[in-house]
Amino acid sequence: MAAASQLSSSIRASPTRVALRSTAVKRVAAKAPVRGLVRAEAAPEFAGLGPEMKTAVDKFLGDNKIVVFMKGNKDQPRCGFSNTVVQIFKSMDVPFETVDILQDEGLRAGMKIYSQWPTFPQVYVDGEFYGGCDICIDGYKDGSLVEAVEAAMAS
Amino acid sequence: MPSVQQVEDLLRAALEAETVKVTDISGDCGESFEVEVVSKQFQGKLPIARHRLIHDALKNEMASIHALSIKKSQTPEQAAAAAAQ
Repeated sequence: MAAASQLSSSIRASPTRVALRSTAVKRVAAKAPVRGLVRAEAAPEFAGLGPEMKTAVDKFLGDNKIVVFMKGNKDQPRCGFSNTVVQIFKSMDVPFETVDILQDEGLRAGMKIYSQWPTFPQVYVDGEFYGGCDICIDGYKDGSLVEAVEAAMAS
Repeated sequence: MPSVQQVEDLLRAALEAETVKVTDISGDCGESFEVEVVSKQFQGKLPIARHRLIHDALKNEMASIHALSIKKSQTPEQAAAAAAQ
């Protein structure tokens, strides 16, 4: 909860988010798909990943080994998929942070661009996007998620 | 909002899929699908990359899809191995 509001407020504190939209579009275009660019132009609200937000998310992911962007938080998940991921990490008994994207529409739109992933939850391990709920379930079953988490904890 | 048939058709076309199974699992909370795909395009790709291919195939529909659960993203070899078990 504290983590969510901390990240949210650092992102809200950026006054030039809208003005810097063109930079965000360029970043998406450079990174990958033309699709990203087209989508950003067609739906301006999707271009909400300004440099400040990116920097804040980069820093947050750098400071926390495991982060779940989700609906609700680890104590009160607001969606079955988000809850599943929370239960997986709780059962692994590792420290993890959750960020409630329902609290901030800008963050919700921005994270879709940051991850190039359209849905939530979004799981990050050691700063890298690991996947959504289905990939976590599969990774948990076949042991690859545990491996990734252990590697992150040891780094 | 896309229908089960539309989602199936899109996946089949975009992924040259051998098998596509789409199930509407929306309860009272909206548009929600479960999909299983077997495609040779998944060859040599990690789960995350396979899922991205599926999302890409549905990129125009994703905005109106509340939840997309990917139950299976297998290569034909993996599907055959799983079926043999």
